[in-house]
Amino acid sequence: MATVKLKNIKKTYPNGAVAVQGVDMAIEDGEFIVFVGPSGCGKSTMLRMVAGLENITDGEIEIDDRVINKVSPADRDVAMVFQNYALYPHMTVRGNMAYGLKNRGLPKTEINQKVTDAAKMLRIHDFLDRQPNQLSGGQRQRVAMGRAIVRDPKVFLFDEPLSNLDAKLRVQMRIEIKRLQRKMGVTSIYVTHDQTEAMTLADRLAVINDGRIEQMGAPIELYNNPATLFVASFIGAPQINLIPVQFDGKNLNSGDLQFSGFKDLPENTDLILGIRPDVLEPNNDGQLEMQVDLVEQHGAENLVYGALNGASTTDGYITEICFKTNQNTQPAIDSILRLHFDHSHAMVFNKETGERLI
Amino acid sequence: MSNINWRIILNHTILLIGVIFMSLPVWVAFSTSTHSAETILREGLQFWPGTNFIGTYREVLFEQGGVMKSVLGITMLKNSMILGIGFAIGKVIVSMLAAYAIVYFRFRLATPLFWIIFLTLLLPLEVRIIPSYEVVAGLGLLDTNFGLIVPLIASATGTFYFRQFFKSIPEELLEAARLDGATPWRFFVDILIPLSKTMIAAILIIMFVVGWNQYLWPLIMTTKEENYTLVIGIKQIYQILSEGGELPQYQKAFALTILATLPPVLVVLFFQNWFVKGLVESEK
Repeated sequence: MATVKLKNIKKTYPNGAVAVQGVDMAIEDGEFIVFVGPSGCGKSTMLRMVAGLENITDGEIEIDDRVINKVSPADRDVAMVFQNYALYPHMTVRGNMAYGLKNRGLPKTEINQKVTDAAKMLRIHDFLDRQPNQLSGGQRQRVAMGRAIVRDPKVFLFDEPLSNLDAKLRVQMRIEIKRLQRKMGVTSIYVTHDQTEAMTLADRLAVINDGRIEQMGAPIELYNNPATLFVASFIGAPQINLIPVQFDGKNLNSGDLQFSGFKDLPENTDLILGIRPDVLEPNNDGQLEMQVDLVEQHGAENLVYGALNGASTTDGYITEICFKTNQNTQPAIDSILRLHFDHSHAMVFNKETGERLI
Repeated sequence: MSNINWRIILNHTILLIGVIFMSLPVWVAFSTSTHSAETILREGLQFWPGTNFIGTYREVLFEQGGVMKSVLGITMLKNSMILGIGFAIGKVIVSMLAAYAIVYFRFRLATPLFWIIFLTLLLPLEVRIIPSYEVVAGLGLLDTNFGLIVPLIASATGTFYFRQFFKSIPEELLEAARLDGATPWRFFVDILIPLSKTMIAAILIIMFVVGWNQYLWPLIMTTKEENYTLVIGIKQIYQILSEGGELPQYQKAFALTILATLPPVLVVLFFQNWFVKGLVESEK
């Protein structure tokens, strides 16, 4: 039960590498915040600074309005779940979960009670006397969470906790983590590079790029209204279609293609037209012409990939396009399709700055 | 198929020759030690065991004058044990603590310090034996177990092994322990030591054998017969052999040699599982 505030947090490593360059954030009590971004963007560093495992070069971190820059990790009252679980391999599950409590000098009976309660909640009660190497990946993950839960901390920190699990288990654990966090109401910060995980878990999502927050908000808000090209391309699977265009005062042009309905855009500037795969639909009067080269069947829906005919190239390569359709639409390979999109659903970005213009 | 069979036979023949080559001298020494001095003098080395086993070994171990004037074989065995065990335990403690400091405490000179420690590998005991003797003698520690063991327990090899091992322990364990409120000492005791168990066992075994076989240092550090170790005893008994007068007691020299090889062999035999595990284990 706590609020967390990051105030102009900066991290520079001794070798001069800048990992985090000025991040401000206020996390409400009980909120589930997800940091998402490509690897090396500084998201883990930020989490580790909250945990106290990395020094804070500049700025302040507050938990419940208390500045914790100089407080040791153990006294910050945070618990962390690591990517590789970091269970003590020589201790039993019980030993692993009890270790933090033992170091805090709790009486034995209380420790036992807490460990038992947490183990029941996580359904690892039957494994309490086993060692970590006798457990499956999913069970180890639960133990790691159990170790965090028994401590009853103010803040949970998750550092890509699901990335070592197989796909099916990952989905399962994702749901469990969300339920557990709801139930316990503990403020949580969760780091991942998986945008699906980020979208599904977060109350609020912070997209991080190059040590800065690109945009922060509710997941659906970020999906519908990305502030930058980076956020637009990072959030959403399959990825948003990006078509290189220029504005001539009336239309957007890309090679032989023209898109009308846009105005108030800078001329003679490289722009990017962004269209989500789910707003494109086959239509004989559509603005786009696509040569199909791959159909991915996902069960309920199909993803159709191919080249966008007539468009300018993207970085010297043929511009590709993808759209989402139902399982009954099954275009033949090499067939030509026309696709329609409503220009109110399209986004326009400045290619250079990544800034969203429309 | 027949190809492979030939190969196996060839391999085993080579191995067998190796085994015989290595163990035959030990066997001959043992056999000879069970004969009487007269037989040995008359007929030379003996291949088959004789009848004097109990007599010789009892005399060597338990009778005054059996080996030297006053010291008993069993006393020398005890002295060697103390040296071997003290040496091994001391080395493990010192090198573990040194490695712990070097790996986990990021003080400024950690890496150069490690390399300085490592460089001392190039300076064997013999190089510094006179200054070491001076120091120990100056402290009045000659002829004490303390003076015998403590100057030897700094170990570059041990520090190196433990450093490499600690470095292979995932960083997250340390971080998890820090978040769990473990002090540096608790982390060392609760987590590092249990994780290093097999490594500790391996180093204990190696160092016990090394300590047991120390010759020059105990020879210099002990002046009284009752502080002699077995290895020194062997040397002394050969000296007595060549001094003439009496009938040379070859069988006792051989018996002492066999006794001196026995404990290291037993240690390695009993603990070889641990030993191998410690050196090859990669699962953490």
